[in-house]
Amino acid sequence: MPIFLERRQLVTPGDLIAEGDYIAGENTYMENNKIYASRVGIVEYETKKMDVVALKSFYVPRMEDIVIGTITEVGFSGWTVDINSPYPALLRASDVLSRPFRPQKDDLSPVLDVGDLVVAKIVSYDRTHDPQLTVAEPGLGKITRGQILKVTPTKIPRVIGRKGSMISTIKQETGCNIILGVNGVVLITGKTLEDEQLAMMAILKIEEESHTSGLTDRITKMLKEAKTGKEEKKNE
Amino acid sequence: MAAVITKVKQKQIAQLIDNGKRLDGRELTEYREIKIEQGIIEKAEGSARVLLGKTEVVVGVKIETGEPFSDTPNEGVLTVNVELVPLASPGFEPGPPDESSIELARIVDRGIRESKAIDTGKLCVVPGKKVFVVFVDVYVLNHDGNLIDASALAAMAALLNAKMGKYEVEDGEVKMKSGYEPLPLRKHPITVTCAKISDKLVVDPWLEEEQVMDARISIAFDDDENICAIQKGGSGYFEPKQVFEAARVAKEKSRELRKKLNW
Amino acid sequence: MNDKPEKLIDKKGLRLDGRKLDELRPVKLQVGVISNADGSAYIEHGKNKILVGVYGPREVHPKHLALPDRAVVKCRYHMAPFSVQERKSPAPSRREIELSKVIRESLEPAIFMEYYPRTMIDIFIEVLQADGGTRCASITAAALALADSGIPMRDLVVACAAGKVEDKIVLDLMDTEDKVGSADVPVALMPNLNAVTLLQMDGTLSTDEFESAVNLALEGCKQIYALQKEALRIKYVNVKEENKEEAEE
Repeated sequence: MPIFLERRQLVTPGDLIAEGDYIAGENTYMENNKIYASRVGIVEYETKKMDVVALKSFYVPRMEDIVIGTITEVGFSGWTVDINSPYPALLRASDVLSRPFRPQKDDLSPVLDVGDLVVAKIVSYDRTHDPQLTVAEPGLGKITRGQILKVTPTKIPRVIGRKGSMISTIKQETGCNIILGVNGVVLITGKTLEDEQLAMMAILKIEEESHTSGLTDRITKMLKEAKTGKEEKKNE
Repeated sequence: MAAVITKVKQKQIAQLIDNGKRLDGRELTEYREIKIEQGIIEKAEGSARVLLGKTEVVVGVKIETGEPFSDTPNEGVLTVNVELVPLASPGFEPGPPDESSIELARIVDRGIRESKAIDTGKLCVVPGKKVFVVFVDVYVLNHDGNLIDASALAAMAALLNAKMGKYEVEDGEVKMKSGYEPLPLRKHPITVTCAKISDKLVVDPWLEEEQVMDARISIAFDDDENICAIQKGGSGYFEPKQVFEAARVAKEKSRELRKKLNW
Repeated sequence: MNDKPEKLIDKKGLRLDGRKLDELRPVKLQVGVISNADGSAYIEHGKNKILVGVYGPREVHPKHLALPDRAVVKCRYHMAPFSVQERKSPAPSRREIELSKVIRESLEPAIFMEYYPRTMIDIFIEVLQADGGTRCASITAAALALADSGIPMRDLVVACAAGKVEDKIVLDLMDTEDKVGSADVPVALMPNLNAVTLLQMDGTLSTDEFESAVNLALEGCKQIYALQKEALRIKYVNVKEENKEEAEE
């Protein structure tokens, strides 16, 4: 029973990857015992499971995911949050306010207003309703400073790197704190704007070149060069 | 659109067709009962009413004078319009024509125009300035499936029924004489629609079959059995061999339908 | 005003633009040309110049149009006023409305609409210059724009027309051939699944001629499909080569 393509080969939707006793993994589908690609990307497989690492995709909510979102609407009993997904998310007032909540009397905008950023967790989602968020856990809540960056969600694992090696390198070289939302939104908080922008550049470069090899070395090189450039400037 | 069809019924229809049968007892290539009446609207130059099963369509033909198109200065003009009248279906709403009624109008138009059914050369009054304009207005009064075939058939029957007053041209003006003559027709195009359900082709889908079908294909034939118009519709697809099979089936059925127009 | 040409096919069997009967016009494709759109593509097919932008899946507006079990696909085929010889009014014509519908129906079979209930996918097609075969070129570009947006698809969709000109079945009619010829058959295909998703015809053809025309159009589709894949591949290759150069420095 054949696999028709090699690992790391580029596929487009409809390309036949394998036929027979295999499992249709990420970004593939099965019809009549044949596995086809459903997105543009690179073929990867271990023994039986055929995957395509997609060049571009978008975030579909899943329970328990940690996401970074922007408040887009203040309602009577909660907020609408843009989580960089086809579906808007809801954050209930009762989740945020520690005291009992009275919709007629309480105005929610002092708590969270349009344009505010939150780190939240998805607590409820299925095909019939929009995802619901919670911020009632440690590490979640309103974001007060930092830069926001949007990255194609499939690239987030590459940004993290093997055992977190890539993301640690960036954090170390730029001195920034970085939160990676599963929904492709990245929060970067550093000591200076330059540090934050350097981290952003590094992450964007990873997104563009994620399918190439030797990336970790190039990123490290880029970050070190930028740092020496900065020090030279300081010494002038 | 129309009332939601239950999943149970959807499955039933699909399974029956898989076994070569239809819910209303018809063969896969059988049309519903067809009734054609002509001349039902006296104020129109031509008219017809078609009942295809429970689908009901009335077509009125009006013939007036107007300007020709610049690229055909000596030929009459054909224009087809379709109204999906709100009372015909819970899914039809009042308002300007939507994409479904525009598509239907253009399908009916194509069958008549491409087969050169109307001898437009004989509709010239003053070359380059004045010609006869044939308005074909299709009124769908009840939608129970296959509006395409019903509308095309009614349009053809109305054109066959259409009469123009005899006239002569004096100083670039049309002067009516006494008597009538039929609208000059050369061909009688017939359109046959097949739906794809359970990978099989089904002729003349009725409303519930349309809600289950993957796609439809409508093929118009002229009297010499040449194809003069085709339109695939629906969000599904056909394999190339199914397209050719549909053409074969449609050709056969078009003979049956054409016979119904002559009497 | 344009005069009708004397002959569309000369004694050597060549057409007005020098092509053979079964030869395609030149096709150029580019992916990812509109940064604001989720996906986009640009096609030049002969003198046709068409731009397609895709937005979605995103929230449905107005809300009551949302479907509970799948995404709603909306398609707008529109011609720029300067795209044709005689200026065309920007208001949508009946032809544009019909084409918007059939183009949408040619792409829907390829999209996994059921993965994204209660969302909307918008396909915007702008014809900047038209020279016959715009609906086919639009479909070819729209499929690329959809793939570029990351919306999962069963297959790409590619389209091409064939027809009859002076008793010969020919591939890929340009505008003059379409106007003066005796039949035009546009076809859209999902190439890996061998599924025809658009099929129209106007003119007069015997059933045999029709079969030949469809088969010729399908051949044209397969040739254009290779160019579609290439356009998607180029997005990767450019970056790869940049890095190779950097590494060699």
